[in-house]
Amino acid sequence: MRPGARLALLLSVPLLWLVVMYLGSIAVMLVSAFWTVNDFTGAVEQTFTFDNIRRLVTEPLFATVALRTILVALGVTVIDAVFAIPMALFMSKVASPRLRLGLLVAVTTPLWASYLVKAYAWRTLVAPNGPIAFITGGNTPGYGLAATVITLAYLWLPYMIIPIYAGFDRVSDSLVEASFDLGASAWRTIRSVALPLVFPAIAAGSIFTFSLTLGDYIAVGIVGGKTQLLANVIYGQLVTANNQPFAAALSLIPLAAIVLYLFAMRRTGALEKV
Amino acid sequence: MARVAERTTDAVPQISLRGLRKTFGTVTAVDGVDLDVEDGEFFAMLGPSGSGKTTVLRMIAGFETPTSGSVILDGADATGLPPYRRDVNTVFQDYALFPHMTVAKNIEYGLLVDKAPKAERVRRVGEALEMVRLGGFGDRQPTQLSGGQRQRVALARALVKRPKVLLLDEPLGALDLKLREQMQLELKAIQRDVGITFVFVTHDQDEALTLCDRLAVFNNGRIEQLGAAQEVYEFPASAFVADFVGSSNFIGAHAAREVLGMSGSFAVRPEKVAIVPRGDTVVAGVPRVDGVVRDVVYAGAVTRIVVDGPAGLTFSSTVLNTAGELDVSIRRGAEVTLWWPAAALRRISD
Repeated sequence: MRPGARLALLLSVPLLWLVVMYLGSIAVMLVSAFWTVNDFTGAVEQTFTFDNIRRLVTEPLFATVALRTILVALGVTVIDAVFAIPMALFMSKVASPRLRLGLLVAVTTPLWASYLVKAYAWRTLVAPNGPIAFITGGNTPGYGLAATVITLAYLWLPYMIIPIYAGFDRVSDSLVEASFDLGASAWRTIRSVALPLVFPAIAAGSIFTFSLTLGDYIAVGIVGGKTQLLANVIYGQLVTANNQPFAAALSLIPLAAIVLYLFAMRRTGALEKV
Repeated sequence: MARVAERTTDAVPQISLRGLRKTFGTVTAVDGVDLDVEDGEFFAMLGPSGSGKTTVLRMIAGFETPTSGSVILDGADATGLPPYRRDVNTVFQDYALFPHMTVAKNIEYGLLVDKAPKAERVRRVGEALEMVRLGGFGDRQPTQLSGGQRQRVALARALVKRPKVLLLDEPLGALDLKLREQMQLELKAIQRDVGITFVFVTHDQDEALTLCDRLAVFNNGRIEQLGAAQEVYEFPASAFVADFVGSSNFIGAHAAREVLGMSGSFAVRPEKVAIVPRGDTVVAGVPRVDGVVRDVVYAGAVTRIVVDGPAGLTFSSTVLNTAGELDVSIRRGAEVTLWWPAAALRRISD
């Protein structure tokens, strides 16, 4: 067999999977956003219409929810970055090898636990009569937007720490020493040498936290109280209202948000050296 | 040697190390080093890996804190000072160029940190690039440069701050031989031009001898010998120095008594050992031994002849290939006589 043919055979299965199963399903979903549902039977009618898009734009509820969701996603991303950067810096440059291993285990172990368990744990923590209320004398965020942001920031933190840790690990110690040697203080070194070099890693982590938050509807359901985010509105349309085409139309919003976010990251040059 | 004589004795040394020790856990890396490096000196710290020379350099730079002892820079105690408070700059072994900055930005960094005005920064970066013959390379990325060019950028970046002392950690270690020889000459010329103290660490004795005015030979965290290059080479203070700086033929105490009729152990440099066919006339009154040629190794500029001598001794004699070809009678198995000037014999221990 010629090498070319062998390579084609080797790649055909994953390529088929990627194109047909993955991109194909998204394409079908996009097309279905322009279909409609028979009010009487609830059956999907494959007739082309802009009704779903019109409804999306005209009903202010959806714009509100979309804006709220994107702000929550950005908020969670910023919170995770603020926690993860010093943590990752400490792990890669300060901690002894033993401590580093311990911290790596501590950061990654929660990923083994069920997502639902962790969300319910936070539900217990923030409950009106839960431990946080007990310790602070009743000052608990309770169920709502704040609890949602806290829970999501907790859930996605490892996805931010791990890439940034790897990023700091690639910044060789001699670069840090060279900066000190040339007269820069520790703070200046972090600002001018370490952060620019780990920025691609921060961007990679932020893509995780941003997109995972946009797609989450379980945590908000468990700790969010009456809070509505895009994903649980989509879920409601799909399951409760049985309107798959409108759910598909709603899905265009997070999809567009992700694409815009990736473009924004690309403009900063963060994706060039990943 | 001339520099040493010229130096005024009352001047404060640029670097003074007093009782410097450094331990890492149970390992003693530096074990009591005392050293003065004078202003404008090109000083080498030579030793095998693990001898503590790099740790000493890092303590001068401020990257390591001594376990005990002190580092005095230009008369002021700098032992506890962080690297950014020392008037010392370093050329790192891996060059440590910032990969996210252009060549010019790399060189400008130290001036920027010092808040030098823009016009001055531009002028000094330009001068530094010219000095290392990289004018016009300012906009390149470090990854677009060859090893030798990166080395020069690292040099320019360290020198642009006009430090009192420049530290170089195995500066030429990553370069190939030809480039290394060229950079040695350039380094020497640059040091003469800027006139500041250069301290460099190397495990390459050739490089140390070529570059430095004085050198310290390190072994097991201590200085084995300190002196001018020629002094250390010609008068090695210990068997370790005699072997590490250049190579030596060793004559142990037992063999010395038997063969030379002298007490103590000795070393003699291979290039000082002359070789003649057995029976040829030899200058009278010089030490001589008879032996059998074991091997003749032609190495271009020189030929090395290994000879099995009496009392289990092995001698190596290096002969310059001046005439193009060695005496044909000196070949494997030939019976020869080795001799050397009496002054070439160094007593290593009593």
